[in-house]
Amino acid sequence: MTPLESPGLQRAAVGLPFLWLLVFAFLPLLLIVKISFSQMQLGVPPYTPLLGVNADGETAWQGGTANYAFIASDSLYAKAYLNSVRIAAITTLLALLIAFPMAYAIVRAPRRWQTSLLILVLLPFWTSFLIRVYAWVGLLRPNGLINSTLEALGVIDEPLKLLNTEFAVFLGMVFCYLPYMLLPLYARLEKLDVRLTEAALDLGASPTQAFWRITVPLSWPGIVAGCLLVFVPAVGEFVIPELLSGADVLMIGKVMWSEFFTNRDWPLSAAVATVLLLVLAVPVVVFQNRSSRSAA
Amino acid sequence: MRSARTINFILAAGLLFLYVPTLVVIVTSFNDSRLAGVWTGFSVRWYGELMSDRQFLGAAANSLIIAAGAATLATALGTCAGLVLARVNRFRLRTALLGLLTIPLVLPEIVTGLSLLLLFVAVEQTFGWPSGRGLGTVMVAHATLAMTYVTYAVQARAVGTARQYEEAAADLGAPPLNVLTAVTLPMLLPAIGAGWLLAFVMSLDDLVIASFTSGPQSTTLPMAVFSSVRLGVSPKVNALATLLVVLSAACLALAAWLQTRRGGKLIPT
Repeated sequence: MTPLESPGLQRAAVGLPFLWLLVFAFLPLLLIVKISFSQMQLGVPPYTPLLGVNADGETAWQGGTANYAFIASDSLYAKAYLNSVRIAAITTLLALLIAFPMAYAIVRAPRRWQTSLLILVLLPFWTSFLIRVYAWVGLLRPNGLINSTLEALGVIDEPLKLLNTEFAVFLGMVFCYLPYMLLPLYARLEKLDVRLTEAALDLGASPTQAFWRITVPLSWPGIVAGCLLVFVPAVGEFVIPELLSGADVLMIGKVMWSEFFTNRDWPLSAAVATVLLLVLAVPVVVFQNRSSRSAA
Repeated sequence: MRSARTINFILAAGLLFLYVPTLVVIVTSFNDSRLAGVWTGFSVRWYGELMSDRQFLGAAANSLIIAAGAATLATALGTCAGLVLARVNRFRLRTALLGLLTIPLVLPEIVTGLSLLLLFVAVEQTFGWPSGRGLGTVMVAHATLAMTYVTYAVQARAVGTARQYEEAAADLGAPPLNVLTAVTLPMLLPAIGAGWLLAFVMSLDDLVIASFTSGPQSTTLPMAVFSSVRLGVSPKVNALATLLVVLSAACLALAAWLQTRRGGKLIPT
């Protein structure tokens, strides 16, 4: 009997990670939803219990949807959600347009280079997200490298406003999320049979036709996976807009951060997070359905 | 082939785009001048100043302790999950386990951070433990986040490793636990090591989840960097950033080597 055929060992190998994730990944999500129905209070914990003792000494339901009503009544939240979705969508599109030819070039590269190229692409995926955003602050600020170079070359007389703009956010987002798009695209394109494209070309398709009717449909699962891996975290992104955009670019991650760390309103933060999860569930469900249909 | 040249050009430009900003930080960290645009000479003075900064040193110690603990926890859990996913095709909780593994991967960090904080507070309210947040809570949070990556690394390797050795050991009378410790785990050691390194780097790097789950005494390195970056770019942070990038790059290069030697795959396909 090999180790994982032994019922005891198999049970342990499934049970440990399963229980861990149940407690530390799944249960916390339920808690967010639960606490979003509480109210802020001074004390420990800084939120009211859902079941409390009222003036008559009876245990009664104290939860309510006040946080959601507040989110709906203040247009700041709607604007922040919409703007986050818009910025994440444009980021996803830009990342796809850049990553697709890159992944294609890696797949077509000589075999002995492929692993090295893949490591080159993966390395930034793992090295310090924060530091890579910080690197852009140094490049974009008024007396940063880009402006001082342009001034030294005599191209501009006074510094361009690069930092604290939406442009800076797109730059940072595409820069940081590009590897998330590249990986699934590469994994898919690597398995794509080149002979299918060649057959299309032999049968008289133009390269453009072959690309749209053979390569794109066959790499569709990779495209969907890459887009979700970029879009979902990008909507909730905090570090990039915080460091690169200043006060004028509104994103929900920033709003939630200040709701939590500045206003110390835990239940409202939880409600903002719950709505964010609902917003994110829409594209995930739609795309998963579409890709399972195209796979069928 | 004009189109081949175009896509190779895009690949080169994309790689430059990914690397140039970080390289600029590394070069700037050796600049003697306080101003980024002016090069006044090579110097390691900012590294010297960093080494005498108690706040950064304390944060660095916290980060290393958290990263080592989180990586070890994540490796233990991820190895179990990776092995069972690779070797057992059908078991009752397979779909549920796969689903749970993707939660930390896809959730926005800010939601993961808040949700784990709420869990720690709720557990403290109910059981009186853990009292407050500190190194331990960040460790648990990072382990949860990183175990998915360990799982994928171990799974990718275990799928490609022959079962015959385990079967041979079992046929010769070794009990399952001995086969596990004498055959299975040693064969998977490169992937387990690679997974540990990935988890270590991931924990060292995280700002958002650590901000939610740490206590007043457990400021991590990214948290210290973040608060000083908000005040402006400083040469000292450039030096620190360089050290962090070099440390993560070294861990990753080692992980990639462990994972790809003897024909292993870098990513599960």
